[in-house]
Amino acid sequence: MTLRGRGAIVGIGEVPTRRIYEGRSMYGLCAEAAGLAIADAGITKNDIDGLVTDGVALPPAIAEYMDIKPNFATGVSMQGASGATATMVATSAVSSGICNTVLVVMGNSRQDAERAGRPAGRGASVPSVRSEWEEPHGMAPGANTGYGLMYRRHIHEYGTTEEQLAKMAADQRFNALENENAVFNGQPISAEDVLNSRYINEPLKLLESVMPCDGAAALIITTPERAKNMKNKPAYVLGVGLKQGEANIWQRDKFTETPAVDSVRRALEMAGYNPSDIEFAEFYDCYTILAAMCIEDAGLVEKGEIGPFYEETDTTYKGTFPINTDGGQLSGGQPGLAGGFRHVIEGARQIMGKAGSRQVEKSDLCLVNG
Amino acid sequence: MTSAYDKPVPIPSNADLTKPFWEAAKRGELIIPYCNSCSNIFFYPREVCPNCFSKDLDWKKMSGRGHVYTYTHVRQAVHPSFQSANGHIYAIVQLDEGPKIPSSISGCEPEEVYINMPVSVVFDDITEDYTLVKFQKC
Repeated sequence: MTLRGRGAIVGIGEVPTRRIYEGRSMYGLCAEAAGLAIADAGITKNDIDGLVTDGVALPPAIAEYMDIKPNFATGVSMQGASGATATMVATSAVSSGICNTVLVVMGNSRQDAERAGRPAGRGASVPSVRSEWEEPHGMAPGANTGYGLMYRRHIHEYGTTEEQLAKMAADQRFNALENENAVFNGQPISAEDVLNSRYINEPLKLLESVMPCDGAAALIITTPERAKNMKNKPAYVLGVGLKQGEANIWQRDKFTETPAVDSVRRALEMAGYNPSDIEFAEFYDCYTILAAMCIEDAGLVEKGEIGPFYEETDTTYKGTFPINTDGGQLSGGQPGLAGGFRHVIEGARQIMGKAGSRQVEKSDLCLVNG
Repeated sequence: MTSAYDKPVPIPSNADLTKPFWEAAKRGELIIPYCNSCSNIFFYPREVCPNCFSKDLDWKKMSGRGHVYTYTHVRQAVHPSFQSANGHIYAIVQLDEGPKIPSSISGCEPEEVYINMPVSVVFDDITEDYTLVKFQKC
């Protein structure tokens, strides 16, 4: 038995991503998103008997905050991949009969970090591989520096240009203009604007990098049998694949290859589809270069051909191959680990036919990379 | 040596484990963990060999030669102390012996650095306790 078709996403909820929500907390934002997803599914919180979080939001604390007592609860602790991994774990849980209806929820409050005495948005210098071997040499806080290293190597190996990746960021911003939940809604940019934005870690520029934000998202997954009697057209999970990569980018053998090579192959095998069958894609995009490499590794384009692909392809929601139809994290914003979760939420939203003015034309088969 | 070093100093997660590395750096040597069981050389230091799980580990002196595997020109500094008019280079250096190691690159302007550029080790006494292992253009 595989997980093919064994999980149905029947409700989604999203607290709009914003730079900051004054006076709010991660748990408060998570509970708000959960309420939206529960209402969207047309169920009550008493129907929820499973809970999966990113691990930053502790399952006991979430359960207590919204007064639920699920039969299954876990936090996945998978950094940016937490949203996709949590969806996989939730599907496994309903498929195996451990529980019937799972709430997946995660969010972020930048004020929580301030309240705890940590400067918001900066990687704290806790004793680690990073604090001993990298930070003394001038590695930037957060992930910027590592992605600059990958970008430089991709240019070296494949001749990718900064102009080509600027088009990715511009296409996604076009999508965000139709998404009121996106932090950059109402702020159009061109590829030229991206190119002219200042270097952070050259070749990586400001408008190719995510902005830390506040927000939260939630979804409800249940069995396909239960989904039949519910109000929404469900989004079925057809295949899942996970490949664990290194915690520190410089520990990789190849800086231009991502674990998506294996995770996507496994997901497609389970689903019984080829990369060419995929109609639209939602891909983790903390930086342009990461989404670029993952799209290659997924087999959606040949390895090394992401640059020409973006030159030739309209990837907006109106285009021939839509990618990151809600703006992605680059234009939607990154509310902590709920940033990566937005790709799952948007994929489900499109398949459920709830994307409004940015609804893609062909919305039956989506590849999500968390 | 300066008493007013204001950049981040190494903060080990297990100072007992990496003490030999930092002591070697102080006397001008670059040493890398070596596994007596399977001959693996690896970096960063670990309590067991990441290849065979052996705890029979030693240190091996490196030639100090290598090349720039990849790099980024850090324009928005890190830490206020790293902020300068033209930023700095943060690189991953691949040693001739194989392992990769993070380093800044000195001995040339940031714009002159390129992938595969030959580099050699330099030792920078930043504090009483720490000598950074860095690389410069050959």
